Amino acid sequence: MIHLAGPYALAAVLAGLGAYGVLARRNAVLMLIGVELILNAANLLLVSVGSVGADTWQAGNVLTLFVITIAAAEVCVALAVVLALFRLRGDVDLTRRAE
Amino acid sequence: MTTLDIAFAGVGLVAAASGLLAVTTRHVVHAALWLVVCLGSVAGCYLVLGAELVALVQLLVYVGAVVVLVLFALMLTRAPIGPNPEVTTSRAHRALAAVLGAGVTALLLSVLLPVAGPARKRPGTSNTAVAEQVFGTWVWPFEALSLLLLVALVAAFAISRMTRAAEVAQSALPEMTAPERISQ
Repeated sequence: MIHLAGPYALAAVLAGLGAYGVLARRNAVLMLIGVELILNAANLLLVSVGSVGADTWQAGNVLTLFVITIAAAEVCVALAVVLALFRLRGDVDLTRRAE
Repeated sequence: MTTLDIAFAGVGLVAAASGLLAVTTRHVVHAALWLVVCLGSVAGCYLVLGAELVALVQLLVYVGAVVVLVLFALMLTRAPIGPNPEVTTSRAHRALAAVLGAGVTALLLSVLLPVAGPARKRPGTSNTAVAEQVFGTWVWPFEALSLLLLVALVAAFAISRMTRAAEVAQSALPEMTAPERISQ
């Protein structure tokens, strides 16, 4: 027996922390950490809903696996862009205006 | 309160605290290492919720691969060791970001908590059932995902090649005359 209030509250907190991280960080790599936290909040919601009740197609678990895969692809491309930015500008400061 | 609730509260508190540190610390490398703790304790949450396969994949892909990629990127962008005020925005900007983050949390809590309901049975997921569904119901999305991974790989490669070509063009430009530049 488990109350779903705990997982839901943790998902909400992680999403809020992720939003803060995306908005408050100047370093582009650290901004990605916020994105990861938001994705984890979504995953936690999927798993917690899928773990109780009748989940005929195992959608909670399978969709979480899919989101983890998509997150890996996203991080791969995003870090390639960040490294390209670093090579062109010499820093990864998101607040600095491009010349 | 059941045993599972108490176990979830334990790992959940670790996840929330390390997530907070990951987005607020001024040590660039510490942020990535707190992310490891946060993602690992989220994997613990999955275990408490009975999704063993997802917990293992979380450990393998997130903690094993994504965080290593982030650390590599920090290394390649010459992230400084030690506290660095340059990584966060100004105080007013951070206050606004905190208000917006708290707003996101409050909005999600107000939507989710009313539908949480009473304590429910947690049957636990059998890996056999997940495997049957992945290769049965979800087989086409699964194949599409493999294509997506390939496209992401090629895109990352193409982006890094493109900037190298731009660099070569930039370094070659001063030695050329104007007509040559136009013909390029």
